[in-house]
Parts: sequence; C-alpha cells; structure tokens
Amino acid sequence: MGRKLLLENAHIEGIRYYDTYRKNGGYAAAEKALKSMGPEAVLEEVKKSGLRGRGGAGFPTGMKWSFIAKPEGVPRYLVCNADESEPGTFKDRYLMEFIPHLLIEGLLISSFTLGANACYIYIRGEYAWIPDILEQAIQEAKNNGWLGKNILGTGFDLEIYVQRGAGAYICGEETALIESLEGKRGNPRIKPPFPAVKGLWQCPTVVNNVETLAAVVPIIKYGGDEYIKLGTGKSTGTKLISACGNINKPGVYEIEMNISVEEFIFSDEYCGGIKNGKRLKACIPGGSSVPVLPANLLLKTAKGETRMMTYESLADGGFATGSMLGSGGFIVMDEDQCIVKNTLTFARFYHHESCGQCSPCREGTGWMEKVLKNIETGKGKMSDIDLLWDIQRKIEGNTICPLGDAAAWPVAAAIRHFRDEFEWHVKNPEEALRRNYGLAHYADPLPVPAAV
Amino acid sequence: MVQFSEEKLNKVKEIIARYPEGKQKSALIPVLHLAQESFGGWLSAETMDYVASLLQIKPIEVYEVATFYSMFNLKPVGKYLFEVCQTGPCMVSGSDNIIDYIKSKLGIDVGETTADGMFTLKTVECLGACGYAPMMQLGKHYREHLTPAKVDEIIAECRAKAN
Repeated sequence: MGRKLLLENAHIEGIRYYDTYRKNGGYAAAEKALKSMGPEAVLEEVKKSGLRGRGGAGFPTGMKWSFIAKPEGVPRYLVCNADESEPGTFKDRYLMEFIPHLLIEGLLISSFTLGANACYIYIRGEYAWIPDILEQAIQEAKNNGWLGKNILGTGFDLEIYVQRGAGAYICGEETALIESLEGKRGNPRIKPPFPAVKGLWQCPTVVNNVETLAAVVPIIKYGGDEYIKLGTGKSTGTKLISACGNINKPGVYEIEMNISVEEFIFSDEYCGGIKNGKRLKACIPGGSSVPVLPANLLLKTAKGETRMMTYESLADGGFATGSMLGSGGFIVMDEDQCIVKNTLTFARFYHHESCGQCSPCREGTGWMEKVLKNIETGKGKMSDIDLLWDIQRKIEGNTICPLGDAAAWPVAAAIRHFRDEFEWHVKNPEEALRRNYGLAHYADPLPVPAAV
Repeated sequence: MVQFSEEKLNKVKEIIARYPEGKQKSALIPVLHLAQESFGGWLSAETMDYVASLLQIKPIEVYEVATFYSMFNLKPVGKYLFEVCQTGPCMVSGSDNIIDYIKSKLGIDVGETTADGMFTLKTVECLGACGYAPMMQLGKHYREHLTPAKVDEIIAECRAKAN
C-alpha cells in the first residue's frame, strides 16, 4: 500500500467536521507555520518539496509563489481554483466534500506565506451543494480562531470566501477565472502581465488548484525533505487520480508517484481491471485534453520500458508516443469503445466551451466537431481525416489561452494512433453505424527497438 | 414586478460585502444564481435589469454575463430540469441510452419541456462526476449511476413532490 498524505484520514467518520479533524492532527501544520516558521521558511519548505501544480500544468508551486509582486500598500490575493471541469477529473470535489478542513488549513498556510488577507475559493457552479459544506467548515474554523483577525496572536488576518461559477470550463484558466470573479465573461487575458503582478482587481494574485493547496498541509507537517522521499524524480509526493470509464472500481485514488500504469489499472488496490472481463483498448491518462494512447503504448513506452504513473514517464516519447499526467483524470476505454465517437464528444465539448475570443479556436473547434460528426455518422470522406489534422495544427499555439491546444491535442492523438479506425469509418459507413471497430491491433505488442 | 424578499436582499448585501469597496460587480454571478432560484428558474430581461439596478451596473453588463454561462437559463424551463451529461467518460459508460430512455419516457426531445410544464430535458458537457457515470444534475444535486429503473424512480419522485 502506498503512503497517503491527503487522504490519510479520509476514512475517519466525521472528518468533515472541525472537532474530528482537529483531534486527528488537523491545524497542527497551520500552527507550526504561523507560530514557529514564518512566511519565508514556509516558502522554502514548499520549494524544497518540489510540489507541482496539481490542476494540470504541473508548474512548480514554490516558484509560482516567489513571483508574487509586493508593492507597498497594495493588497494581495490567493485564489483557490476549484473550477474542476476537465472531463475525467473529479478529485477536487472529493477533497472539498469529505475533507474540507484540509483545504481550509492549506489556504490559511498559503495565504499567510503570500501575505494575502483575503482568499476566494472559485468553485464550478454545478457543484452547487459543496459551497454549503465549505462555508460551514469556514465558520467552524473561524469559531475556533483559525480565521478572522489576529490569528493565533500573530497579527495575521484572513477571510475566506466561496464564489460559485456558472458553467464555463474556460474559467479553470487562471485569468478567465479572475475575470469571472470580477463579474465578467470568462475571457482569458493576454499575458503579461501575469496574475502575480496584476491579477484580481489588478492586484498581485496567486491562483492554485485545490489539491495543490491541500498538499501544502502535509508538506509543512512532515517537511519538504520527507515529501520528496515519496514519488520519483521530479514527480514528488503523492497525486490524486480520478479514475473512470470501463473499469471495475472507478473513484478517487491517492497514489505515490512510483507505481506503474499497469498496476494502477489492473491491481485490486486501484482500478481493479477492466469491467466485464473485457480487454483494454485505450486510455486518456490526464484529462480529456491530453493525448489518448492505445493499450500497447500506454503500458510500455516506445523504448519498451514500463510506463509509470509520473509526470515524466507518462510524457516519455513526447506527443509522438507519449501523453501527460495532466490533471490526473484517468479515462479508460475497453475494446468495445469507438475512438471516433469519443473524439467527437471531446470536440463538441471544446466547441461548447470555447469563449469565442480567438478565431482559430472559436471557428476551428466547431469545424472539427462537424467533420468528426460526419465521419462518425457515415458521411465522411477520406480527405476529412487530413482536413482534421490540418485544422488542429492551425489551432494549436495560435490562441490567447491553452484551450485551443487542449482542443487540438485529443484530435491529433486520435488520428496519430487510430488512423485506421477513422479510415474504416469512411470506407464502411453503414457497418460503422451498426458496430464499432473493436480492439483491432491496438493491444498488440510493439516491436522492441534494437539496442543502440 | 421582480423584487427580492427582505431576506434575499440581506443575502445580496452579504455577498457584496465579500469584495473591496467599489467592486460590487464581482457579486454579479452569485446574485444571478440567487435571482434564477427566486424567479422561476430562469432569467427574464426584467430580472436581469433588476439585478443591474441592485449592483449599480449597466443592464448590458448583466446580459453579457448571463449569455456567457451555461447554467443561466434565458427562457422558461420546466419545474424539474434534467441536465444529462454526454461527454466522453459518460458516453463510454452508456449516457446515450439514458438520454434516449428519458426522451421516450417523457415524450420530449432534448431542449424541450413536457406539455404540463413539469420536465425539461437538456444535455450538458462534463459535470465532474465521471467515476459515477452516467449522471445528471437535478436542481442542486447530482443523480449518479443512472439506469432506466433509476430514471423511473426520479421521475416518480418529482411527480410526487409536485402534487
């Protein structure tokens, strides 16, 4: 069994409430940070831990914090990104619903480090029942002296507020989120200036994912040196993986980043294998935006090495033969699933979610959806496959924010690895309406490259 | 005439107090949620103008936000709104069958409302419940691991509540 840091106490009944959380060691890290460490020492510890942003981009958290501008007399803000909207991702929901005080404690330590006296949790609007849970936890923390004025007699003040979004994937992008918090459409801003200099209401702001901020608690509790002992290389500590699709045990798992993809999918401790005794066809390991991999490239890299659940190993081979750990939204597909149809649902998703500011994304996502729909419904032409490739190439890198890339990558990867499935749809339009292409050769062992 | 109750007006004041002075526009999305809940599940032009006056912003600033976010309904919906997810992870777990089942059970298409004004069916994009698919949002909560039998139960539950 891997070591758990975030979900260490998740099984304890009543951990959602302050008294139980406190009795089980809760707020000890906050006390340590505020009373005996001070902001600089906390920042050093977070840097030492190697913690990387858990929202998807994997940017080093300590570095992000060190960029915050500190002009005299200007307030600073911490914003917690709880917009969790990447298809396949539902880990932050679990943390907020079941262990809200872990997040509140993380927000307290992080705000203290950044010198922020107000913190906003921006939560996706559809998680409509969770703000009540968070607000109750905030009230409990306040009643016990962990929020409000002069916390623990240190002179530090903090208020935490919960703000609901209203159904827009784009608000997970940090500048769109800030716009939304200001009561506007979620249109991403042109960077620079970065939020660390001009963010919320043009003040220095740090935006971090829920899991990232929660991870600050065990880092302070056990120390950065202990944290890097878990995991592999630059993938330090633990990561929450939300597993879904055609597996026996969908759910949220905390893994030490030192297990193989094969173990994660097939062991009973995690996904418990493919549902109904079917075979594994493909997997999207880090949320809908990251490249889909066929079974044979998922379990082993192109070099024939065991693929691990780490940032580096999942990205091994670049986009040609690898993917990304992303947000940890792990979507598994069995032999009965149709890659064309799955890609179509993602294209529709990105078309629906494009904010419309940049033409390559606004027009390109709709165009890709239309072409994919034609192929899926038996009206496709062979040239459509190249057309799709061409469109996605022209979106990638040509937009203000990464939504364009996120829309392009799944289409590119599907064509790269499953081109013959697309061709089969075009050549057999009627049969493709009745049945799926199936597993085909996608789980066959790849030739082992000769040693150089 | 559209008018919040005293209690809701206090809630609006409480929301505005979360932001620095002069930044009351930040309260727009929370107040629109409150307005939609209070005035029949959708936002009429009159409701949006009322929200603009409360926050001392221009009506256009409210319209541009209300039309951007998919949770705001700009036309009337049934008493119960079924928002069924259809994105990848739900699709591979059988959401198409659930959508077809609801359609035939209620005799309406996606985007339509039953003649008695009880149910509206809407398809939505990923709601972050992929491990518990297929699923839908009903009011404030999620209904997960949907099957035809579960859909029957939900419909019966709504009808019972309405009577």
